[in-house]
Amino acid sequence: MAYDIYIPRDTSALANGADKLALLIEKEANQRNIDIKIIRNGSRGMFWLEPLVEVATDKGRVAYGNITLEQVESLFEQEFYLGEQSHTSCLGLSEDIPYLAKQQRLTFARAGITDPVNLTDYITHDGFKGLKQALQNTSQEIVTAVSDSGLRGRGGAAFPTGIKWQTVLDCPADQKYIVCNADEGDSGSFADRLVMEADPFMLIEGMVIAGLAVGADQGYIYLRSEYPVAHQILNEAIEKAYANNYLGQNIQGSGKSFNLEVRLGAGAYICGEETSLLESLEGKRGLVRAKPPLPAIEGLFGKPTVINNVLSLAAIPYILDKGAAAYADYGMGRSKGTLPFQLAGNLNQGGLVELAFGTSLQQLLDDFAGGTFTGKPMHAIQVGGPLGAYLPKEQWNTPLDYESFSAIKAVLGHGSIVVFDDTVDMLEQARFSMEFCVAESCGKCTPCRIGSVRGVEVIDKIRAGINPEQNTELLEDLCETMIHGSLCAMGGMTPFPVQSAFKYFIENDTAAKETAGAQ
Amino acid sequence: MNQSSNWDPQIAQNAIDELKGQPGALLPILHKIQNILGYIPKDSIPMIAKALQQTSAEIHGVVSFYHHFRTSPPGKHILQICRAEACQARGSRQLEAHVKDSLKVDYHATTADNTFTLEPVYCLGNCTNGPNIRVDDDIIAGVTSEKFDVIKEQKNTFVVELA
Ligand SMILES: Cc1cc2nc3c(=O)[nH]c(=O)nc-3n(C[C@H](O)[C@H](O)[C@H](O)COP(=O)(O)O)c2cc1C
Ligand code: SF4
Ligand code: FES
Repeated sequence: MAYDIYIPRDTSALANGADKLALLIEKEANQRNIDIKIIRNGSRGMFWLEPLVEVATDKGRVAYGNITLEQVESLFEQEFYLGEQSHTSCLGLSEDIPYLAKQQRLTFARAGITDPVNLTDYITHDGFKGLKQALQNTSQEIVTAVSDSGLRGRGGAAFPTGIKWQTVLDCPADQKYIVCNADEGDSGSFADRLVMEADPFMLIEGMVIAGLAVGADQGYIYLRSEYPVAHQILNEAIEKAYANNYLGQNIQGSGKSFNLEVRLGAGAYICGEETSLLESLEGKRGLVRAKPPLPAIEGLFGKPTVINNVLSLAAIPYILDKGAAAYADYGMGRSKGTLPFQLAGNLNQGGLVELAFGTSLQQLLDDFAGGTFTGKPMHAIQVGGPLGAYLPKEQWNTPLDYESFSAIKAVLGHGSIVVFDDTVDMLEQARFSMEFCVAESCGKCTPCRIGSVRGVEVIDKIRAGINPEQNTELLEDLCETMIHGSLCAMGGMTPFPVQSAFKYFIENDTAAKETAGAQ
Repeated sequence: MNQSSNWDPQIAQNAIDELKGQPGALLPILHKIQNILGYIPKDSIPMIAKALQQTSAEIHGVVSFYHHFRTSPPGKHILQICRAEACQARGSRQLEAHVKDSLKVDYHATTADNTFTLEPVYCLGNCTNGPNIRVDDDIIAGVTSEKFDVIKEQKNTFVVELA
C-alpha cells in the first residue's frame, strides 16, 4: 500500500516552494521504488512552518516543517515516509504541536486535514451535517438558531448575523441574494483565504444554508483578484458541489435550489465595504452607497441581500450541526464564539490562531508568536487592519473582544494582528495610513478624498521639521474632519492609526527627546 | 513598442458575446479581455459599451476606477510588490527601494527591456512570511534584495531562452 504524504497547495506553502517540493518528492520516491501517494491538502494555518509536509501513520500524522528541496534526499534516507521521527525537521505528531494543540478550532477544525476539493474527505469529516439539519428546519428555525448563537459579523463591523438574516427573511421579494464578502483587503489578514483554500465546501455549505434561511436561490462570492490560488480552489470545489447536487436544482432531493458563482474584484480595497462591493458586482465603479436603504432590504440589483464575510458564513455549518448553544458557549460578554486571530508581521511564528474571545493580546503573543523575527523588542501592534489603531505596550493587556477594543478607540476588525519591532518609524506609518486612503478612497466625499491628500502633505511637513507644532495641530483638525464628515469607515477610521501613532508613539518620543535635551 | 493597434477585435467580441447576458457582466468581461490580451485596449471600450447599452464614458469610468485594469500593454511579466503593513514590518520598504533601483522604473511603469511591469499591491494574504511579491500568478515569500536579484535573473534568462 502506498504511503500517504501531505503537501499543502495553499498560497503560503506555494509561496515557499511547495509545488517544486511535491515534484521532487515524487521523483525521489520513484527513483527509490517507494510507493507514495501525495495529497495536496490545505494548510494547518501554521504558516511559518510552510511548506509543512506530513506523513500518515497509525498514531496520527507526523509533521516535518520548513522543508527545502535540499532536504528531500535526507528525508528519504531517514525514512520519513514511514513516519520516522529522526530527521532534524521533524516536529512529532501534528496534533501535539503546541501551536495547534492550544487552539479552539471550530471553524478551522478541518483546515489542513482534508484535501480541499475532495468531497468524500469533507463528508467523512462532518461535512454537510449542518446542511442536513437545515434541510429539516423551517427558514425561521434556521434564522433563530443563528440569532441564538450570538454570531456577529466577522468582516469588521460585528453586526449580529441573525438580525441581518431576519430582515432579509421578512422582506417579501421575487428574488433575493446571498453575497459572500471575500475581499479580505486588510493587511495582516488571511483567515478568509485559509477557509477558501483549505475548506471551501464549508463556505459553500454556509451559503446554501443562508439561502435556505432567507429564501434566496442565487449566491455570489466576491473574491479579491489578489487571491489566484483561492480562486482556482473555489472554482474546483463549486464544480464538484454542482456535480454532486450540493448546488443547483433540487439539492439532495429537497426541492430547494441554490446557484453559486465566484466573481473577481479588481484591486480596490474599498470594494470590501459592502455597498461598494454590491456596486462592483453590478458592474459599476465601487462608489459607496448611502444607507438607508440597508442592503438587507435593497441590496444587489435592488433586491433583499444577505451580505456576510467569509468567516461569518463559514461559522454557520457548525452552528446548525452542533446547535446554537454549543457555539455560544465560547467567548465572553457579547462577543460569542471564536475568532481566528491572525498573527502577522515581524514575528517568528506567524499564523492563524482560532480561540474564543477574551484572552488578552499579550497572552496571545506570549503563547503563540515566538518573539519577533528580527529578534528586537516588539514596539507597536496594529490590530484590525489598515484602519485600526497602533497599540502601545500599555494597551496589550486589553482583552480581545469587540467591546474592550472599542473602549480604547481601537478595533478588533477581522482579527489581524500586525507586529512591528522598535525600529519602526511611526511617522512613516502614519503617513502610509493617509497615503493608503489617497489610493483607495472611492472619492465620494471630500473629507476622505481631499483630507487624505492634505494629511500626507502635512505629515511630510512634520517629517521635514517645518512648523511641527502647528502642523500637528492642523493634522489633528484634519483627522476630526475626516472622522465626522465621511460617509464610510474608510475616511472615518483612517485617522485611528494616525492619531494613535501620534498620541502613543510620536508625542512620547518627542517628549522624551525634549526631556533628554533639557537635562 | 506601441502595440495598441495590434490586437484582434474578435477576441474582445467573443468575450463580450460570451458574458454579456450575465447580470453585472461588465467586470467579468473586462477580466476576460485582460486575461487574454494583457490589457483592455482602448478601442474595445466602445464595443463593450454597445453590447451593454452603456456609454463609452461609463465603461471607461469603471475601467479607470479599478487598479487591476490597464489600458496599455504590460511587459512580459507583471511584478507586484506588497506595500501593506505586515510586509512593511518585515522589510518591504527596503525591498521596494532595491527593486526600483535595480529595474530602473517606478510603479506603473515597464522596464526598458519590456521584461517587467512594476505595480504596487496592498496585501497578498501571506502576511506571516513577508516581504511578498507576485510575479504573474505566483506569489513568492520572504523576498530579500538578494532573493529578488535571483528571481530577476531567472525571469530574464527565461525570456532569452524563449526568444
Ligand atoms: C473600507 C472598508 C473595507 C471593508 N473591507 C471588508 C472586507 O474586505 N471583507 C469583509 O468581509 N468586510 C469588509 N468590510 C465590512 C463590510 O462593509 C461589511 O460590514 C461586511 O461585509 C458585513 O459582513 P459581516 O456582517 O459578516 O461582517 C469593510 C468595510 C469598510 C468600511
Ligand atoms: S469615506 Fe471615502 S471611501 Fe467612504 S464613501 Fe466617502 S469617499 Fe468613499
Ligand atoms: S501585508 Fe504583504 S502579504 Fe499581507
